[in-house]
Amino acid sequence: MAELRYRDDAAHDEPAVTLDAFLGQSNATAVRLESSDDARALLPHLDRLSLVEVSFPKFRDGRGYSAGRILREAGYTGELRAQGDVLVDQIPLMRRCGFDSFAPEAPVDEAVLAASLARYDHVYQGAADAAEPVWKKRHGQRG
Amino acid sequence: MYKYDEYDHSIVAARVEEFRDQVNRRLAGQITEDQFKPLRLMNGLYLQLHAYMLRVAVPYGTLNATQMRMLAHIARKYDRDYGHFTTRQNIQYNWIKLEDAPDILAELATVEMHAIQTSGNCIRNISSDQYAGAAADELTDPRPWAELLRQWSTFHPEFSYLPRKFKIAVIAADEDRAAMRLHDIGLQIVERDGQHGVAVYVGGGMGRTPMIAPLIKDFVPFDDFVSYMEACLRVYNRYGRRDNMYKARIKILVHEIGADKYRQEVEAEFAQVKKLGIDPPRAEFDRIAAQFVDPAFEAGLSDEIDRSDPDFAVWLDQQVVAHKQPGYAIVNISLKPIGGIPGDASSAQIDVMADLAERYSFDELRVTHAQNIVLPHVRKADLYAVWQTLREAELADANLDLISDIIACPGLDYCSLANARSIPVAQKIATRFADLGRQRELGELKLKISGCINACGHHHAGHIGILGVDRKGVENYQLSFGGSGAEDVSLAQITGPGFSEDGVVDAVEKATNVYLAQRTQGERFVDTYRRIGMAPFKEAIYG
Repeated sequence: MAELRYRDDAAHDEPAVTLDAFLGQSNATAVRLESSDDARALLPHLDRLSLVEVSFPKFRDGRGYSAGRILREAGYTGELRAQGDVLVDQIPLMRRCGFDSFAPEAPVDEAVLAASLARYDHVYQGAADAAEPVWKKRHGQRG
Repeated sequence: MYKYDEYDHSIVAARVEEFRDQVNRRLAGQITEDQFKPLRLMNGLYLQLHAYMLRVAVPYGTLNATQMRMLAHIARKYDRDYGHFTTRQNIQYNWIKLEDAPDILAELATVEMHAIQTSGNCIRNISSDQYAGAAADELTDPRPWAELLRQWSTFHPEFSYLPRKFKIAVIAADEDRAAMRLHDIGLQIVERDGQHGVAVYVGGGMGRTPMIAPLIKDFVPFDDFVSYMEACLRVYNRYGRRDNMYKARIKILVHEIGADKYRQEVEAEFAQVKKLGIDPPRAEFDRIAAQFVDPAFEAGLSDEIDRSDPDFAVWLDQQVVAHKQPGYAIVNISLKPIGGIPGDASSAQIDVMADLAERYSFDELRVTHAQNIVLPHVRKADLYAVWQTLREAELADANLDLISDIIACPGLDYCSLANARSIPVAQKIATRFADLGRQRELGELKLKISGCINACGHHHAGHIGILGVDRKGVENYQLSFGGSGAEDVSLAQITGPGFSEDGVVDAVEKATNVYLAQRTQGERFVDTYRRIGMAPFKEAIYG
């Protein structure tokens, strides 16, 4: 279960299976990606997925940030969970990469997290969230 | 110069508060040093041998006088009255207290400066040609492209935990003054069908496995620029090695899978990324570029310079280079006094340089990757006055690109990674060749010293390179010849067994004697080495 969830739908309780198991069975709706797994392998199956859990085995291992964005860019709208060595200062970046639930191994101070998520009013670049990059705010739309 | 707007100010101010919060949590014991480390590193704060070191970003090496004075102020108030200009065109302070760091960042923010991403496994400060906007040979000013990259890479959510650090350089002239192809990504702005775009080189670097970046794409138009960079980084973030930090740089990935395979991966990723609409519009480029337009140069100035003072004439010939505008010149200020620490400047000297910039150089300074300072736009008629002021401040050494213009890392005197000292070797070599006439006789000779295999002192790119290693508890110095970080880029080759500190100074002198004996008309040391090979040098050094 995710400790922190930024979604309105009901939590998805089916246990996540490995990528290999998922690709081998047609009825699973939750999958877990290890950091070395290729997120693109899921792209043909996004419609039937309700939960993708991405493993962050060490906070230094940033592959999951790309996995998250790749899934969102391909139109995945289900729950995208970051699990593992997920630190409070990383959650704002993960939110921008499309993650909307978090299962950190160590407890997160929710007050620190709330302050952290509210800290930046502006971002420089487009990503998987709805934040408008400052160049768009400066110029209206792409012209 | 780029001026912050409300958005830039807001982001940097938020960063100051974020870091203050992180430091407070660390001081309160809420986060461990291991957890704090990547946070402080992303703000340029290193725990060194004796104290914290803070590295302040100087984006593409460009500063105004107000910013330069702030650097002096920080040195005076929070450090030991000096700062150290680095090979990434930044400045670092060696004696910072952790609890002062948030206040320093707050002070920097008042002059539109920060320490964002000057360290950590993220996209570092973008470097560029120190003569940008002034050089006679540039296609265009590369700094608007560099500023665009600064903004794109700042707090990039996907690329803040890369396998390893990531360095990008942008140039716009065929003469490479920024070691472009020794970067993770090197960009040269080129023109095609009347449009500017970038030639993209990926996978260069120094460190323990030096590589020259291969060309990955000969032309990326502006409209695709950010998407293409995003694709280059995403392929690295996904596939760069994470099992061994010494094999984690992108050069290893590009080398292992090959440039062609890397290019295919990037092109496939680009096809996806391009659909996202993440490329800023041309109006944003124009907004940035408008802040880098030429200053109000006077027309019709004379190119005559009074050379009657012989000391001035020596400095003039060595330190002053051609400007694109008639009547103006580019002044290089040496931070390499004989016996000094390469790249160091006192607060008082930093203030002097700020004053000169304000009075004589349209309020602009540059930091060079060779650890010197540039006044980019000086009227030729003012050169004598500039020189007199520099001389009073002990900043008038005339050794640009000569053997005493040494690049050196901080080495074991400061750095927790170092195996050997760099600074004393630099000082001894400069002292051995102190006679300026002798240095000038040797001509252009780029000597670079690193105190460990990480190669922060660019020894692989030195015409003469020196690498300090630890051999059974004794400092030992390996010598190499034939490197270059310029447009004739090459990697230096090691001569053979290493030397003691004094031994390597002797060996350098013997090598210069071989050069003097063997050179033909117009040859630099590196040219002679390339023509005659290692053997005659080895014979002289080890024979």
